[in-house]
Amino acid sequence: MHSLLAVEIPYWGQSVLRVLGGLVAVLLPAGTIVYVFLFKMMSFMQSRLGPMEAGPYGSMQLFAEVGKWLQKEDIQPDNADKRIFRMAPIIVLMSTFLLVAVVPFGPDAWFTNFETGVFYALAVSSISVLGILMAGWSSANKYSLLGGLRAAGQLIAYELPMVLAVMGVVIQAGTMNLQQIVVAQNAGSIFGTDIVGNPYVLTQFVGFVVFMIAVQAELTQAPFDMPIAESELVSGYMTEYSGFRFLIFFIGEFATAGVFAMIASTLFLGGWGVPFSWFGWTTMDSVANWMNVAGPLIVFTKMMVLTFLIMWIRFSYPRFREDQLQRFAWKVLIPVSLANIMVTAVLKVAF
Amino acid sequence: MTILNDPVNAKLGDRAQLSYIASQAADARLNVELETEGMTLNIGPQHPATHGTLRIIARLDGEQVLWAEPSCGYMHRGYEKLTEVRSFPQVTSLINRIDWLGSFANEVPFILAAEKLMGVEAPPRAQWIRTILFELSRIANVSLFLGDLGVQLGAITPVFMAFRDREYVLNLIESATGGRFHPNFDRIGGLKDDLPAGWIDETKVVMKKLRNFCDEIESLLFGNEIFQSRTRGIGVIPRDVAMQYGLSGANLRASGVDWDLRRDQESPMAWNKVDFKVWTHPDGDSFARCWVRLQETREATKIVDQLLDGIPAGPVMAKVPKIIKVPEGEAWVSTENPLGEMGYYVVSRGDSGPFRVKIRSASFNNISITPWLLRGVYVPDIITILASLYFILGDIDR
Repeated sequence: MHSLLAVEIPYWGQSVLRVLGGLVAVLLPAGTIVYVFLFKMMSFMQSRLGPMEAGPYGSMQLFAEVGKWLQKEDIQPDNADKRIFRMAPIIVLMSTFLLVAVVPFGPDAWFTNFETGVFYALAVSSISVLGILMAGWSSANKYSLLGGLRAAGQLIAYELPMVLAVMGVVIQAGTMNLQQIVVAQNAGSIFGTDIVGNPYVLTQFVGFVVFMIAVQAELTQAPFDMPIAESELVSGYMTEYSGFRFLIFFIGEFATAGVFAMIASTLFLGGWGVPFSWFGWTTMDSVANWMNVAGPLIVFTKMMVLTFLIMWIRFSYPRFREDQLQRFAWKVLIPVSLANIMVTAVLKVAF
Repeated sequence: MTILNDPVNAKLGDRAQLSYIASQAADARLNVELETEGMTLNIGPQHPATHGTLRIIARLDGEQVLWAEPSCGYMHRGYEKLTEVRSFPQVTSLINRIDWLGSFANEVPFILAAEKLMGVEAPPRAQWIRTILFELSRIANVSLFLGDLGVQLGAITPVFMAFRDREYVLNLIESATGGRFHPNFDRIGGLKDDLPAGWIDETKVVMKKLRNFCDEIESLLFGNEIFQSRTRGIGVIPRDVAMQYGLSGANLRASGVDWDLRRDQESPMAWNKVDFKVWTHPDGDSFARCWVRLQETREATKIVDQLLDGIPAGPVMAKVPKIIKVPEGEAWVSTENPLGEMGYYVVSRGDSGPFRVKIRSASFNNISITPWLLRGVYVPDIITILASLYFILGDIDR
């Protein structure tokens, strides 16, 4: 980002650009996901039209909803731990912003370029658990408490398969830097065929499936939405929230879905890149400058595909029970991802 | 937890549950060692899983239920008392609202009881149309259950399909009776009106749509592994316990008791004119209850089809006096309603209105088993079990 589009930018300019870029990278996908998937796709799957009044085909519905939430009274229960109650939604949203910081959008278009980007991403993604647990505990509501505890148990159980699924990618790419992982996929080849590069969704398919299931659980989307469970816990840890604070939880839910889909597309679908063989590129340095503009669009497209998968499953499946979910995580996902790591390591040494 | 202390003298039905509780005893021992505190959770009166205002008081240890007690009466409307100050024809508009999803089926047993007291019999055409509307209200009721089941278990899509296809049935009921939810169409000695023109052909088309809906729900919900793992083996009611608690309808048949009032009792209605199968299931768990209801919806569409083919000609109203005075006497009539056995014990002292009416509604007995059934289950299973027992609050509280 020091020389974005061949223009030298001073440090303060870079900082402003990063903050604005971070807001865009979180809120734009969140809004798009809510409109395209939650409002429209879900409605079409359920043989109804969805919002049609606000704007053409209801496209301004989200703004109407935000306006409604902003007008609502900010209710806090009498017995609530007020300071923690107010802090919780912000912590949940904060983890989303921290997460988007490592997603690369182009050869030079990134916010931060950590050497241990994968490690960082997996670490900050669990901060949202703290926010959820705080919300559940401080609400002074039994349903919220049950929801918060369920969320904590579930998110901890699903951190492990997620980490182990990503291990395969790290072994194959030989780096934890997300930028390098993107290059390794697009510059790579499968048995000498480099027409599609080497997207790890093909070679690490088991890892991809385990990662997406873990993401589904991490996002508390159905079939793993026990912490929210509107038919039994009446929205769990969100029960006591209203108005602006509920809006933050709501944005956080869908923004995190988008950011996790971006991370998954970076790890498994080749991120911002197209297969380098199409344009005769070989390394990072030979990538054309226009990829800085095309890259974000490519990431966005791949994100929409993966979010479609997440939402499709969310709208179709019933909910697991908490103990069934734990059993699934510990008895199926973790052994499968461990086996995946072993096979990957053996093949890595063999080839 | 008395049965844990005294497993030898436990009642027969308790033994089946004993193994379930014993399998989770390790959890309980851990909790004793850690000295964890219990928690009393009030599920309801306002809760999305209680279809109205039922309150379940559950004592929890973690997520496990130690004991649970249903507390009903939050929506008691005093229909038994209200009928005493109304004339016989006026009562139907009240009792329509007992099971509000299958309203027409509520009117039938009361009108049959009144007819029994007066000694009049409705003409055959009226009986056939009554039976058709009865089965249509069963379809409207149970198809909503099939969709609602998905919502209770976290799948949000099936309920919209249920609402979509139930609408066709409600339109049929509306075009025949004038009321979508509360027809108030049954009269002593017959029906208010004959069927409108073209209604029979339209109904046949809709019955085909409803059979498609059943196939759709079966493949979307019943074939789903998560759905099966959530319902199979959850809330098992053994055969003898189901009979002890006076369950009826699909809840009883799912426990393997082959008992259906449509087939097993003499009735002026037209059920004995058609050929239908009474479905039972040996398991008695939540899945069995849902499955039996699905098959019943299918069977009801077939009953309607057969009745439409053989509907006799003639008047729809017998000769009854303008001002109805019911002679002194007592009568008990019950029918197989969508939720189970529903009956009216009507006492008349020769006035224009009943002296006393006792309403036996199915849901009240069906939820009486919940304290026995909810011991030892997890909180999400409370919702599964309540959903599969399928009660309507108006039917509990009357």
